[in-house]
Amino acid sequence: MEINIQKRVLEANESMADKNRRLFREKGVFVLNMMSSPGSGKTETLCKTLQRLMPEVATGVIVGDICTRNDADRLEATGAAVVQINTDEFGGDCHLAAHLIEKSALTMDLEALDLLIVENIGNLVCPAEFDIGENAKAVVLSVTEGEDKPLKYPLMFQVADIAILNKIDLLPYLDFNAAEAVDNMKKVHPGLPVFELSAKTQEGMEPWVAWLRDSVAKKG
Amino acid sequence: MHEMGIAQQMISIALEAIPKDLPDPRVEQMNLRVGRLAAVVEDSLRFCFEIISKDTCLEGAKLVIETVPVKARCRRCHHEWEVEDVVFTCPSCERGEIEVLSGRELEVASLELAD
Ligand SMILES: Nc1nc2c(ncn2[C@@H]2O[C@H](COP(=O)(O)OP(=O)(O)OP(=O)(O)O)[C@@H](O)[C@H]2O)c(=O)[nH]1
Ligand SMILES: [Mg+2]
Ligand SMILES: [Zn+2]
Repeated sequence: MEINIQKRVLEANESMADKNRRLFREKGVFVLNMMSSPGSGKTETLCKTLQRLMPEVATGVIVGDICTRNDADRLEATGAAVVQINTDEFGGDCHLAAHLIEKSALTMDLEALDLLIVENIGNLVCPAEFDIGENAKAVVLSVTEGEDKPLKYPLMFQVADIAILNKIDLLPYLDFNAAEAVDNMKKVHPGLPVFELSAKTQEGMEPWVAWLRDSVAKKG
Repeated sequence: MHEMGIAQQMISIALEAIPKDLPDPRVEQMNLRVGRLAAVVEDSLRFCFEIISKDTCLEGAKLVIETVPVKARCRRCHHEWEVEDVVFTCPSCERGEIEVLSGRELEVASLELAD
């Protein structure tokens, strides 16, 4: 006997993500999902970004980390509302799923927030697959990772709405070809906006921060 | 890396689909559709499925995976093509933004039960 099913395996996550999306819309908060491989500079970029945005743009951060509180402490120092998710208790997961985001978001005063940033688990594969109800996805690639990363992890660069090429302060010391990296991103995702910056020296930060401000303003 | 969670979902989708009034059902085969862009490692998925189906009516079931090609459409010139080497630039106009039509599937298509 054959039973026809035709059901998406991640349907449970997708409907949870839709529920989150409704909640975020109702509260008028713009939600950005930030993803990258471990150590590309998500936390550092966010810290410097928050210094420029706060307090005009009331920002909250949900940070996923497998077992430490380091990132949450660094982010809290900027004055943002920070909630840490240690995925450890859920089996050391490799991505933040929609139900974890709901659980954290409900502990925050969303009404008071204009912007909610989710720093996902450092991983270029799995987070790309899991919708969390965000308005936009950002991927961070750093110049120490190799120009071919977009071709090796096409889904991540395909689903991203914008990309950041971070640590450009290191370019003089590396063989990394920034133009080739950007070119590879655009091969995988034609038209992808790419912000080249250094979270350390803050060179190139402003266009990215302006994009965020703009996105928040559009959300109204 | 999240193949265990995926295998778990696959099994609960299957268990839900099997009619409750069926006496002692045995699943011989599960048919899956997996897009080439989907973030799953086939070997790892098979391994997880084998472990997690133990002591269920899916124990020992064959997992048949149909790989779905990546297809895209250009938003500018509406050209449609199969993306071979992760280059999503429209081969017709080389300019437009594109829309991914298939290749992200991760679906349980059907089950085959022993009579
Ligand atoms: N030179 C340089 N170093 C940077 C820059 N941005 C971040 N770093 C350093 O890179 C390391 C990793 O940065 P994080 O911000 O912790 O990276 P992350 O992506 O949050 O890492 P995980 O959360 O562990 O995935 C730290 O030592 C940072 O100081 C940059 O623009 N230039
Ligand atoms: Mg971090
Ligand atoms: Zn075209």
